[in-house]
Amino acid sequence: MATRTSGAEAASATAPKFVLDRRKAVPALIGRHEDFLIVTGLAGTSKDIAALTNDGAHTYTMAGAMGGACMIGLGLALARRDKRVLVLTGDGELLMNLGSLATIAILNPPNLSIVCVDNGHYGETGYQRSHTSLGVDLEKIAAGSGIKRTLTIETQDEITAGTRLIREGNAASFVLLRVSTVEPPGFKRDLDPANCRARFRAALGRAQ
Amino acid sequence: MSTSAAATAASKPPAWQDQVYDLLRKNNVTQFAYVPDAGHRTLIDRSLADPGVHSVALTTEEEGVALLAGADLGGARGVLLMQSSGVGNCINMLSLTSGGRFPFLALISMRGDFGEGNPWQYPMGKATQPVLEAMDVTCLRSETPEEALAAVNAAVTMVFQAGRAVAVLFTQKLLGAKKF
Repeated sequence: MATRTSGAEAASATAPKFVLDRRKAVPALIGRHEDFLIVTGLAGTSKDIAALTNDGAHTYTMAGAMGGACMIGLGLALARRDKRVLVLTGDGELLMNLGSLATIAILNPPNLSIVCVDNGHYGETGYQRSHTSLGVDLEKIAAGSGIKRTLTIETQDEITAGTRLIREGNAASFVLLRVSTVEPPGFKRDLDPANCRARFRAALGRAQ
Repeated sequence: MSTSAAATAASKPPAWQDQVYDLLRKNNVTQFAYVPDAGHRTLIDRSLADPGVHSVALTTEEEGVALLAGADLGGARGVLLMQSSGVGNCINMLSLTSGGRFPFLALISMRGDFGEGNPWQYPMGKATQPVLEAMDVTCLRSETPEEALAAVNAAVTMVFQAGRAVAVLFTQKLLGAKKF
């Protein structure tokens, strides 16, 4: 037998890497944000997007109703087949409604991409560990739910493939972006969900 | 089928559930979300057979609350079909509906009310209307086919013109209790 690796070495070679800085990785992955209608989860991902877009009218960022981001994205994607819809959510928010991945897989709208910014922790409540830093793999759950185009990004050189995945293709896609526990960018966004609804619809040319 | 039976079937007015479906479609409802339910079978089957709508099977009812908000952001109209037990699964997600002032239309088949034989259905059956009202959803109860159609008609105006959140409750007096 050739070289042998110990169990510990093998495990560390395949262990998830939470090393990327979300403040650089999220903008690099998304690219030109104006190309998307964007829905976010709570806390970290809402700040990622508010900072990136200057709290743009093409974004709907949440601060409650945890577990709803992916399904808001689905309703929007079905309503606007002419636009690309991006859901940017965290591991904690997605864990609260994993069934939505199954629902999205069945509908499979080609204009919907989900990016889970996975830092393995509940940052907003004091960085308690989430299931994803204890062995749960959300890309495998997305793939097992039936989403056909999935990808995990852990290193800088993997980001380009993710940028392509969320912009191209004929099926819904899912990207797991593993990041460190660095704080999301600070940004004071509009927290009024009715204001945000009105400005979003107005930007799309809809009346109140 | 004999000629006379065919003639009878052809002259029979459509069931009230079919009239409800036609009413929703006439009002441009294009997203039908549901967890499978016997009381909503006609509406679900018609949405599945209708190429003009998205028929969205959910894993839990709260997904439908978020879906309808997304539909509204994109300028589309949706309806959530569920059993009263599913209302309990929606409560926190209705923060989105209420806080965002999203239009919200739900049709709810009641369990745990008139003639229910399953004791498990009573807690949520009794709680359905109070918890919906606590989350700022107006409830319209209907006990006959005429009331049901009138209530859905009223709800469509309240939801899509006034921007309200409304649930139409189809009682077991209307639907009939499931046999156990």
